[in-house]
Formats: sequence, C-alpha cells, structure tokens
Amino acid sequence: MTHPLKDTSDTSEASDTPEASGSEADIGTALLRPGRRNALRWIMLAVGLVAALVLPELVYPPVAMDIAAWALFAISVDLLLGYTGLLSFGHAAFWGSSAYVTGLIAIHWGLPFPVAILGGMLFAMAIAVPIGYLSVRRTGIYFAMVTLAFAQMIYFIANQFSGLTGGENGLQSIPKSFFGVESVETDSFYFYYAAIGLILLGVWAAWRIIHSPFGRVLVAIRDNPARARALGYDVDRYKIIVFVLSAGLAGLAGGVFAISHGFASLEELNWTTSGKVVLITVLGGIGTLWGGPVGAAIVVMLEDRLASSGFEGTGIILGSIFVVIVLLFRHGIWGTATDLLQRTMAGRRDQGD
Amino acid sequence: MLENRVLEIDGLSAWYGEARVLTDVSLSVHEGEVVTLVGRNGAGKTTLLRSVMGLHRQIEGTVRFAGTELGRRSPDARARAGLGWVPDDRGIYASLTVSENLLLPPVVHPDGWSLEQVYQAFPVLADRRSSMGTQLSGGEQQMLAIARVLRMGSRLLLLDEPSEGLAPVIVQRIGAIIREIKAAGVAVLLVEQNVKFAATVADRHYLLAQGRVVESLDNDSFQARESELLTYLGM
Repeated sequence: MTHPLKDTSDTSEASDTPEASGSEADIGTALLRPGRRNALRWIMLAVGLVAALVLPELVYPPVAMDIAAWALFAISVDLLLGYTGLLSFGHAAFWGSSAYVTGLIAIHWGLPFPVAILGGMLFAMAIAVPIGYLSVRRTGIYFAMVTLAFAQMIYFIANQFSGLTGGENGLQSIPKSFFGVESVETDSFYFYYAAIGLILLGVWAAWRIIHSPFGRVLVAIRDNPARARALGYDVDRYKIIVFVLSAGLAGLAGGVFAISHGFASLEELNWTTSGKVVLITVLGGIGTLWGGPVGAAIVVMLEDRLASSGFEGTGIILGSIFVVIVLLFRHGIWGTATDLLQRTMAGRRDQGD
Repeated sequence: MLENRVLEIDGLSAWYGEARVLTDVSLSVHEGEVVTLVGRNGAGKTTLLRSVMGLHRQIEGTVRFAGTELGRRSPDARARAGLGWVPDDRGIYASLTVSENLLLPPVVHPDGWSLEQVYQAFPVLADRRSSMGTQLSGGEQQMLAIARVLRMGSRLLLLDEPSEGLAPVIVQRIGAIIREIKAAGVAVLLVEQNVKFAATVADRHYLLAQGRVVESLDNDSFQARESELLTYLGM
C-alpha cells in the first residue's frame, strides 16, 4: 500500500511500487473465498446493528450517543485514510461546521432535529467541494497540512462571527425538536433510538461505498495512483468525490453530536478534534471500516470513566495507549483481531485438508 | 499507409532531471501490427512506453495516437482514448480478486472484450476468477494484465516485457495470445529483451540503444541477423 505520508504526487517510478505484499483493505478477509467473504461482511453489518441497538442498555445513553457519533466520524476518516490513502488532518472542519449549522437551524427555525442535521450535513459537503478541490492535488503530508490549514481557517471564521456562532461561548441551548414526541425530546435514552437511525444510515452508506465498484477504484487509487490513471481513471476527480462524501458523513456525525449535547462549541472545529478522530481511526485499525467504531467505543468510554473519576490526565493515558497500539499492532485493534482470527482459521483449514 | 497509423512518434526525447534517456526517437505502429522495441536494460524502452502513456512527462516531441496529437493529455484521458498499458510489474491489484481486477477499468470502446470472451481466451483466469491478485503465478498475472486492457477495448497495447521471468511454456502461451490479439485487429507495441520471443510474434522491430533508434528491421531480416543481435544485446 502506498503509505499515506509518502508524497506520490510526482509521476515518476516512486509512485509505481508493485504491491507484492497484501494491502490492508479487507486484510482479515483477504484469504477467504469470496462467497464466505460476502457472508462475513453481512454478518459484521448485522453484529454492528445489534451492538448499536443494545449500547444504551450497557452504558449511560448520552455516552452511547457520543460513541455512535464518533464511530461514524472515524468511519468518514477511514474512507479517506484507509480506503483512498489520504490522511485528512482537518476533518473537524466538517464535523464542527455541521454542528454549528445544525444548531443554528434547530434554534432559529425550530425544525425537527433530523432536518437540522441534514442541513448541517449538506453544509459540510458544500464547503468540502472547494476544500477538496484544492487539497487533493497534494498527497501525503502536504495533503494533511492543506486540510489542516483550511480547518483552522474555518475555526477562526467561526470565532470571528461571534454574533452568529456565540464565539468563545459556543452555541447554547440547541433544542431536540422531534415532531412533538416528548420522550425523545427530553429523555436521552429515547433520543438515542431516534438519532441512531441517522448514524446507521451513515454507516450503511459507507459500507455501500466501500463494497461498490467506486470503492474498488478508491482502493486502486490508494494502492497505486499512477496505475489507476493508466487504467483510465481521473484520480483527482475520484478523490474529490470521496472527500465530499467523507465530509458528508463527518457532518452527519457532527450534527447528531451537537443535538445530543444541546450545544456546539469551538472545540468541535479545533485541530485537536481532527487529531482525536485520526487517533480513534488508527487505534481501531485503518482500512477496516469497523476499526472506527471499536476505537470510538474505547476512547469515548475511557474519557468518560477517567473524567468521572476526577482524573485530570486523560491525554496521558490515551497517548500511552496509542503509542503501544501503533508500536505493537500496526493494523490497529480491529485489524489485529481479524488478522489473528484469519491465521487461526487458515491454520485449522490446513490441518483439516 | 499514412492514414492507418495507430501510433506515430516523432522526434521524441525524454529526460529524468538532467539525464537524457531518449533522443529524437521516431517510430510508428500500424493498425493490427505487432511492433517490438528491442534493446538492453537502460536503453530507454520502458521510458518510451511511459511517455506514450503520459506517465513520464519530461519530454519533447510529438506523440500521435489514431491521428490525434496527445500533447499534454493526462494518462487517464489516454487510456480512455484507447491506449492500454501493461506495465512490467503487471500491475495487478493484490487486494482485488481476478474478476474485480478485470472489471476495474472502464470499457472505453465498443470492441472491448466481454467477460465471457476473456474467460474463453484465458481459461486459467476463469478457473481462478475468485482468487486474490496475489495468489496468481507470474504467467497468470501477465495474462490477467493483458486481459484487463482487452476488456477495456484498447486499440493499442503497450506491453512491457511480457515474457520476463516466465517459464518457456508460459512464454509460448503469451506469444500465442499476442498473435490472437493481432488477429482481433488490435495493434501492439512490445518492449522486449528476449530476441527469440520477439521474432515469433512481431511484424517489425526497432532497435533501441542508449536512447536512440539505431535500426528498423522487418521480421525476416531480424531473424536473419538473430545471432548478431543476440551478441549485440549481450545475451
């Protein structure tokens, strides 16, 4: 796989490495027969659905909502990082701007929250068009820096327009209007079930994108952009499209997050949020789709436990875990787990034959 | 003859930074013709193919494909116009299956082979259609790479050393495939170091040395001078 941090923008031999070793997409399913591969994909989707539905029974519902939102946010990053080979370090721009726009729509127009979130998501996609257009021409660290720069611009704009955004105070008291259904509007447990549908729609969309012909072109671009070009694909156009789709998913997640918390703060637009989502994605395992939700569950729950125990140094713990995972398990938690499962199954099959 | 030239290269020079690797190369390939580019390692053969494909861009001179000057067109536009590049590393995607690899590129010409045609011509690919790209042998990868551009409907195949590293019996099979491609009316520009193999498939040959075309031969004189050429190429 072309390393996301390696600049391959020149068309010289550097971008033309043959992939003798297996790539990281579907790493856990690469050795399975396609029939079983497909079955496994559907089983995973079903397991994901069940997990999403029982989550608020297991953890405090607002925390469950946070996990779901961050999970979709991480999936949106994985779509770029794991499946297209683009490390965006500015995804807070889409998560945060959608949080604000969702909040503004809910506050000023009093629309039901799914409509407000849809508005936020569309706004995130709209700003992703020019940002994507200008950044996909660069790869590796340059792409990361350009996306970071744009995200910081959005951050400062939001801070400047404090009349609209509330500036340092953020956007307060975002209502949870939901067609007058009182239990959803006031009880976070019922709100979770009303909002999780939106998150699941986002996950479903990502799943469809990854397992479509379009998704295969993305993998082809990630593995070798020069070759994808020689096979007739306008690589930059595909990158812009997936960038906008990814921004839409990030926006969807950010909108749900804002409604769930009842406020949108500048923190949602800050570069630390971009960093956190990349951390979650890498922790879970890139190019796996399910790594994001696993990473999100671990990080959000850990933060919640540490915060409620009064411990101040959450960053130290998270940082240490991150270092250990990256050093010991290069494919992240989910990637490593499926690797192990894969090897055990392959071993058993060899013995059986 | 002028109107049926699929590829016409005129005064092509190419650089890698300061280093000039091709000097004033002119050659042409006609419709339904197999032409080889023979030369030692480092003669500039691969660079020439990459320049035609638009992947190497530090060039001067003109490249015309099907009568149209390609100029600064992007590689993807060239592929969609009907140029099919089969790189020397075969370019099979390891993370995709055989059939996914076949179906990956867009069909750019109505003459593109259907999946059935491909599987008929390459039964081994039909047998292995659900195997991952990595699990194929070198010969199977080569066949897959060729089949993939045939499915696109490419009008000119740019084959970079298809015989390299393959067992003699597989090389023969690749030779037969190239003759089938020719019979189907598709032109081939073939880069080769294997003189014996080149003589079995091609109509004409260009000898490339230190970035220049030093000789242009039809296949009869090529075969007549085979031993001389072998010494010349140091094989």
